[in-house]
Amino acid sequence: MNTNNLKSILMRPEISTFIMFVVIMTGFFIANENFLSARNIRIVMGITPEYIIVAIGIAILMISGEFDLSVGSVFALVPMTMVQLVHQGMPPWVAIALGLSIGIAVGFVNGFITLRFGIPSFIATLGMLYIARSLTTVATGGFPPPFPHELPNELFVFQFEVFRASLFWMLGVAFIAGIMLHRSNLGNWIYSTGGDTAAASSMGIKTNNVKMFCFILCGFLAGFAGMIQTFRIEAPLPSQGYLLELESIAAAVIGGVSLFGGVGTIFGAAIGAILIRFLESGIIMARIDAEWFRAGLGSLIIISVVFNTWVVRRGENMVHKNQAEENENSSQKNNSVTESKDE
Amino acid sequence: MSNENIIECKDLNKYYSGVHALKNLSLKIKKDSVVGLIGDNGAGKSTLIKILSGAHSPDSGHIYFEGNEVKFKSTKEAMNLGIETIYQYSALIPQMSIARNIFIGREQTTFSLGSIGLMKTKSMDKAAMDALNDVELHLRSPDTPVNQLSGGERQGVVIARAMYFKSKVLILDEPTNHLSVKETNKVLRFVEGLKNQGVTSIFITHNLSHVYPIADHLCVMARGEKIADLAKQDTNIDELTDLLVNG
Repeated sequence: MNTNNLKSILMRPEISTFIMFVVIMTGFFIANENFLSARNIRIVMGITPEYIIVAIGIAILMISGEFDLSVGSVFALVPMTMVQLVHQGMPPWVAIALGLSIGIAVGFVNGFITLRFGIPSFIATLGMLYIARSLTTVATGGFPPPFPHELPNELFVFQFEVFRASLFWMLGVAFIAGIMLHRSNLGNWIYSTGGDTAAASSMGIKTNNVKMFCFILCGFLAGFAGMIQTFRIEAPLPSQGYLLELESIAAAVIGGVSLFGGVGTIFGAAIGAILIRFLESGIIMARIDAEWFRAGLGSLIIISVVFNTWVVRRGENMVHKNQAEENENSSQKNNSVTESKDE
Repeated sequence: MSNENIIECKDLNKYYSGVHALKNLSLKIKKDSVVGLIGDNGAGKSTLIKILSGAHSPDSGHIYFEGNEVKFKSTKEAMNLGIETIYQYSALIPQMSIARNIFIGREQTTFSLGSIGLMKTKSMDKAAMDALNDVELHLRSPDTPVNQLSGGERQGVVIARAMYFKSKVLILDEPTNHLSVKETNKVLRFVEGLKNQGVTSIFITHNLSHVYPIADHLCVMARGEKIADLAKQDTNIDELTDLLVNG
């Protein structure tokens, strides 16, 4: 029983990602021991929370069986809206609330188009990728506005000794999302919707509502993370979050989230996002040309998915072998029982 | 088996974009019986069960459940009354554990806000194992993902789920499709056991030899109509085969 538990833990894709994470971290540490210095961890973990928050939103949406390619654009549009509203004279907190509701609105529109017209979310959100990016650029009115210091950015990005405040916001998001996905009945509905939509709806799950919730959550988290980045660099850039949609999907997939829905964890998505950021830093620290980062990321995506698939298959084979052995044992027992009866 | 009718249908009609899929179908189903609903592909069996399970509504006609007329707007409404349907495709999520599958949409929760709350995992795990034992299905752990079970075991889990939620009527849509002989017998034993626990089953199949041994009543459909409705003692397998083949 215990070995079975151990095997079933090892079979979990996010655990193999974690093992890979440890291996890669060790490798870079050997290449340059400053890689794990407080200073480098401070730099990497200062920017990583933003990416983790986006990856969490994407992961939940992917588990429900849908995609969102517009997160990178929402990541720019939401903070740009906030900044411009403050420049219009709006109180900062009202601007923040309105900005975040833009993220919610984009998520709603993504969900509405996908579900109402029955088209792939890949297409609906690809359209939104361009629309939201275009709106962001239009909202700048030609050139990026200055950062209004009325905005309470210290609350979100204050630099402590090693970590930034954003790390704690991220932990809060991860905790709530984790409880929701892994412990609440809503999580059960999300997994079942992504695992087999027809079966879930035959059990009375309102699968469209579940998906809509995930679209909205994803849009909201992308906007929230974008806000944190703008608050950190204190400059609203219309190019912010460019290609982030692909990187977030990469983080989720590296962390064991399935492209086909129904499989994945918050922990996995977070590890995936952290791994990508440390890979970037490690390549620089190892004095490799930074242009190699994308090659490294590409290889990481492929290797991790191949590795995950291999681990899961191996685990399944073990289970089947165990079952076969058990059946054999029990049938032998039965045989011996009948034999003794015969005697 | 009692003489009371648990379900009665009167003159049900259903059209799908011009096709008359169900023609004036009337049917009485006795409480605690096993009814075999047989017919070739396209006979209207699936249409009938979609209506009985609340997935579709009839274009005309009446349905009575325990004597009262019902009009289902969703499968959930039918399930709340105790009519549970096991579809041809398994109504289980392959990647999810047995316990989670048993409780999909009906999770036991605490700290609820509206309909959302934290799942009582331990109590659900225990209830899941008990429910499996009740249908004589002995599996090792409630955490096992369903995709590691055999086809017969999966049907067993679905039947255990229906039993646990105290279904009064269980509609089984081709439950023995794609199963080996051994697994088929397992499923037939599950269904036979339901009678003694006060559950009425409607067993849909195109394979007469599967349902004949366990059915109390057999209903043959062809081209959207009911062409025969016989108690088992009034018929035999040759007559039924003839009806099935020649309509």
